[in-house]
Amino acid sequence: MANKYPTEPLKVWDKAKNLRQEYYDNFMHAREKGALRWAGGAWAFDAVPYGLGDDVYPLTGEPYGASTAFNGDFSLKCLEATENAGYARDLCSYMRNYWGSILLDKFTFGGEFPKPDFMWQAHICCSHAKWYEVARELEGGKIPYYCVDVAVGPYDTMDDNKVNYIVGQLSDGIDWLEKVTGRTYDDKKLIEAVKNETTAMSTWAEICSLNKNIPAPLDEKTMYSLYVFGVLMKSNRKVGELYKELLAEVKDRVKRGIAAVPNEQCRVMTDTQPPWAFLDVFRYMEKFGCVSVGSLYTYGLTGMWEIKPDGQWGPKTTPMARGVPMRNREEALRALVEWNLAKPEWQHFYDPSLKTDMMVRIAKQWKLNGVILHYNRGCEGLSLGIAENRLGIMKAGFPVMTFEGNMGDGREFDKARTMSRIDSFMETLGMKKLES
Amino acid sequence: MITAGIDIGAKTVKVIVLKDGKIAGKAVDLGGFDQRGTSDRLFRKALAEAGADIKDVKMIVATGAGKGEFPHANEPVTEVTADARGANVIHPRGRTVISVGAEEGRAIKTDAQGRVVDFAVNEKCAAGAGAFTESMARALELKVEDMGALSLLSTNAVPMNAQCAVFAESEVVSLVHAGTSKQDISRAIHDAIASRISSMARRISVENDVVLIGGVAKNKGFVESLKRDLATEVFVPQDPEFVSALGAAHIAFEKASKLGGS
Repeated sequence: MANKYPTEPLKVWDKAKNLRQEYYDNFMHAREKGALRWAGGAWAFDAVPYGLGDDVYPLTGEPYGASTAFNGDFSLKCLEATENAGYARDLCSYMRNYWGSILLDKFTFGGEFPKPDFMWQAHICCSHAKWYEVARELEGGKIPYYCVDVAVGPYDTMDDNKVNYIVGQLSDGIDWLEKVTGRTYDDKKLIEAVKNETTAMSTWAEICSLNKNIPAPLDEKTMYSLYVFGVLMKSNRKVGELYKELLAEVKDRVKRGIAAVPNEQCRVMTDTQPPWAFLDVFRYMEKFGCVSVGSLYTYGLTGMWEIKPDGQWGPKTTPMARGVPMRNREEALRALVEWNLAKPEWQHFYDPSLKTDMMVRIAKQWKLNGVILHYNRGCEGLSLGIAENRLGIMKAGFPVMTFEGNMGDGREFDKARTMSRIDSFMETLGMKKLES
Repeated sequence: MITAGIDIGAKTVKVIVLKDGKIAGKAVDLGGFDQRGTSDRLFRKALAEAGADIKDVKMIVATGAGKGEFPHANEPVTEVTADARGANVIHPRGRTVISVGAEEGRAIKTDAQGRVVDFAVNEKCAAGAGAFTESMARALELKVEDMGALSLLSTNAVPMNAQCAVFAESEVVSLVHAGTSKQDISRAIHDAIASRISSMARRISVENDVVLIGGVAKNKGFVESLKRDLATEVFVPQDPEFVSALGAAHIAFEKASKLGGS
């Protein structure tokens, strides 16, 4: 069967792969270079540790948990090691993959599990409040650990007191970082990191916006490999540069009508983390000519958004473009906090209707035929209120398929049944498997 | 024009042969380990009942968990679509189809043409399927086909909290040891599975008429429990286990008609 649209691989692909490899290599080999390494959540204010120097490398826990999940056999060993240590099976599965790696002293990317010099975290959910506290205990109880409480949302209720509450904690955190590392903090590097982060996240949102086009230039499975830089090291200059290059390439794909799925005839989106060990479900959907144009997760975790004057959801204007002053530590921290608290994925921890509103907006503006929701047993935070999201999205006129699974624990995903459910959903949307 | 539908379920295989859109032959048996052989045998049996030969068949549509096992099928269709279509043929006023088979429970919202509007399927769990009833019958040392009538004799609603077939069995054992009668336990089991199925059906919002299909619909005790739980009448067709195969056969008939078959 002839393709409906032309397609071609992304040119930026190799550069992205190399950057990801560099990230893990830097962390693994930091000690050999006299560098520092820190561990913490992907949602942590990672611009702050950049003020310690250019040789301070992070390992963020959620992408690590996801990469481990993708490595199914090793993930199972991690999960079982965690359960054998007495931790409950229904806890965050990223966290269990991470703890299991410490317990086994094995790193997903090879070798022993590298011990960080300090831990820098934010309490976005109950799991994150305990994740690194337990990790610290499992590592011997001596690694310095700092955690920021961010329970001040949602963004539409933000005021100066709430922002000050977090700015104050970060300011204290900088004193703490100097104390535990013995390094002098450089505010200029902090300011640069905040600029890098806001540039990268706004650029990623612009890239995602281009998927409003038909055919979609990117598909969700590919986007998983690209959004990840926003949860690995969003304040690193190289991420913003990569996204600028990707943006130019995706604009060119749109101009030339290059499709991610050459037989695109149906468009869907998902909501939260996928079952990472089973990403081939996205390729399966392509057999029906169905492209998943992204997810609230990929759009709203690495991207920052705002409603534009024409009502469209588009990339959030950076503090630099808005003329927000960043002349000193206080101003940079304030800009960083205000920026991060607007993160879309943060909002629905407080109210599921905020997620419904965002997903309905995407469904309309990205011209979707249906929506797929993951009752994700592995994440208490992002799976909150999915049943309500389903009702809201259906009320807006979009068919919804749900499936149960777990982002990081393959034992809780039934691939055959999910495929069968996709078959039924595709039939409901009037789609048939295309002849190959 | 001869068309056929075959439903290769987790436990049984059902075949419907249509002659000009009307049922002319049917067959059912346990699928066993050789689903392919069983399917072939039942297909030929249903054809014989219809007085037709395999070369007369214009189109065959397969459905069910083992739909890929039938080599004669022209194309597959999902169980959800087949259920909806079959229920619409039998009871056109139906808008909610509840299908409970050996392995899976499904709730489907349909439009007036029998097209699927929304659906829900029970997850990785036996507690919303026929396998649950069979397991409980073993625990009560009853034949599964006797449980329905027995439960209708119950005058006492015994709460059963289990949401899981494994834990439900231990709860049944506890009730036996507590001296609870078998009819009350049977009703409790049907109430438990009905509660799970109605909860799933409510996810797609139940709209009348409700059509109950699948092998478990033959269990009168379960039907009563479901009616109580949904607080509505439930239409059960004469041969509820054949409805999915009937839907597949009608889809085959429509497709063959469009192709100009005679």
